[in-house]
Amino acid sequence: MRKASRLSKEILLVLMALLFLSPVYIIFVNSFKTRKELYENTLALPEDFNFRFYTEAMEQMDFFNAFINSMIVTVVSVAFIVILSSMTAWMLARTGGKVSTIIFMTLIATMLIPFQTIMMPLMQLVTNITQNLGIPLYNTLGGLIFMNIGFNAALSVFLYHGFVKSIPLSLEEAATIDGASKFGVFWRIIFPILTPITATVMILNVILIWNDFLLPSLTLIDKELRTIPLSVFYFFGEFTIEWNLAMAGLTLTIIPVVIFYIIAQKYIIKGIGEGAVK
Amino acid sequence: MACPAFSRAASANFHNGKEGMDVANKSKLGWYLLFTVPLLIIFTIVVIIPFLIGIYYAFFDWDGIAANPMEFVGLDNFVTLLQDDRFLQSAWLTVLFTLLSVITVNVVGLAFALLVTSKLRTANLTRTMLFMPYLIGGLILGYIWQFVFLDVFAFFGEVTGLDAVFFNWLLDEQFALFALVTVFTWQMAGYVMIVYIAGIQGIPGEVIEASKIDGASSWQRLTRVTFPLLMPAFTISLFLTLSYGFKIYDVNLSLTGGGPANATELFAMNIYNEIFGYGNYGYGQAKAIVFFIIIAAITLTQVYITKKREVEM
Repeated sequence: MRKASRLSKEILLVLMALLFLSPVYIIFVNSFKTRKELYENTLALPEDFNFRFYTEAMEQMDFFNAFINSMIVTVVSVAFIVILSSMTAWMLARTGGKVSTIIFMTLIATMLIPFQTIMMPLMQLVTNITQNLGIPLYNTLGGLIFMNIGFNAALSVFLYHGFVKSIPLSLEEAATIDGASKFGVFWRIIFPILTPITATVMILNVILIWNDFLLPSLTLIDKELRTIPLSVFYFFGEFTIEWNLAMAGLTLTIIPVVIFYIIAQKYIIKGIGEGAVK
Repeated sequence: MACPAFSRAASANFHNGKEGMDVANKSKLGWYLLFTVPLLIIFTIVVIIPFLIGIYYAFFDWDGIAANPMEFVGLDNFVTLLQDDRFLQSAWLTVLFTLLSVITVNVVGLAFALLVTSKLRTANLTRTMLFMPYLIGGLILGYIWQFVFLDVFAFFGEVTGLDAVFFNWLLDEQFALFALVTVFTWQMAGYVMIVYIAGIQGIPGEVIEASKIDGASSWQRLTRVTFPLLMPAFTISLFLTLSYGFKIYDVNLSLTGGGPANATELFAMNIYNEIFGYGNYGYGQAKAIVFFIIIAAITLTQVYITKKREVEM
């Protein structure tokens, strides 16, 4: 009796989760159906798994190009964020005094600013810099990466700062006596210790940057620079909703996320938990 | 030991440009600058300067075209804002949306957390699945649900005959807002679930055991023991959803686009449209500043309440 009730509970729990994810299932099965099949029964499995809509969606979205742009922007931004914010956080945490406090507090305070409050003046500034100083920040992947670093610096420094404070000073002091430079101390001793928090910082930033739409939409103008969210947006605008095609496109964009989730699942849930609680 | 002395010297140097530090301090200052300045320069260009220019813009009337003059109008933009019906409606809708969402997200998220912290073997798998929607970006979620409302809801309506509930919500002014709440809940429930899970796992097993021995029913255990001990997780989730809900944009854009008839144009979208749609740069920026003030007020209240609770615990 008890075993049976336990088993039914197990099954109910998984069924509930599957029901919760049913919109993803619906998008997936309908991406293979013809228009007629689609309207006959939205929930049924397709008659055959034909990938014609996928090839068409890939072409119209310029999917591979968008995927590579998204990869470049995400990987390079996150690498810079990790390097620069860990260095900054360590220095700020290990150097007491007013300057460090003011810098740290300013960083934290700016986390209150929503993106909509600075988007217009930022775009003005960035176009000005591009036109008048000749530094190509506007309409380039490099410029987007530059802005991603700026926007995500505060949260990342904050997370690193908290972690650095929990590391005992004695480790670095021993190394300093041995004659290592600050640079050596940081990269050889401190940075390896930071690994758990680096994982959290990376996860949080990958999710934010990969899915970001508004900032790239304001700064990337050329078609060949589009990231995945941008190409989905224009895809939906240009082809007034041929749904089977659209759903093939949506499935394509979800695949990289699912793969990332399967690989890094443990770190993602832990990272999100830590990021939210702090 | 030398650190406070160094930074006093450093700060003096920053502010007054005074000379006279010894070599050791100079090299320390060098390291300090090398480690912090690259990030701080980027941060200043991307966040600080635009924020300050933004405040300045809010006092001007300007159409965003560099060749056209900017006219100083003082506080006029902020006065206009209070009489702008579209803006006030949008603000009210945002408040309504946020309140509804805070309730649904937290109820669903907490229920999920309680289910997946039971000792069932499939709990881990379920947790992984429930968290999934959060990882898919808001823009794509909106498009997915557009189809769900358009087609699947219609299909259900036909099959079940309940077409008072199952119709395309996106075409109805009132239901379109509920559609936004639904999608936002779908996105965020797994996220706050993670916060609640951490809270539930933090409750010592002895407390639960003791209440069992004292003969508490499982409902009593939940309401008298678990919920009070979950207060910190509750505060965090509440304000996370509050500030995320208030700032919603991507889902709004892809699911309803603000329609039908502006019935779901929320705060963030209203600002975007005012600036880049209607070309009212100064006025739109004034709205953006008000937006900042509201978000800041919400977040600071959160910090205040969380800190106060920590002291009490």
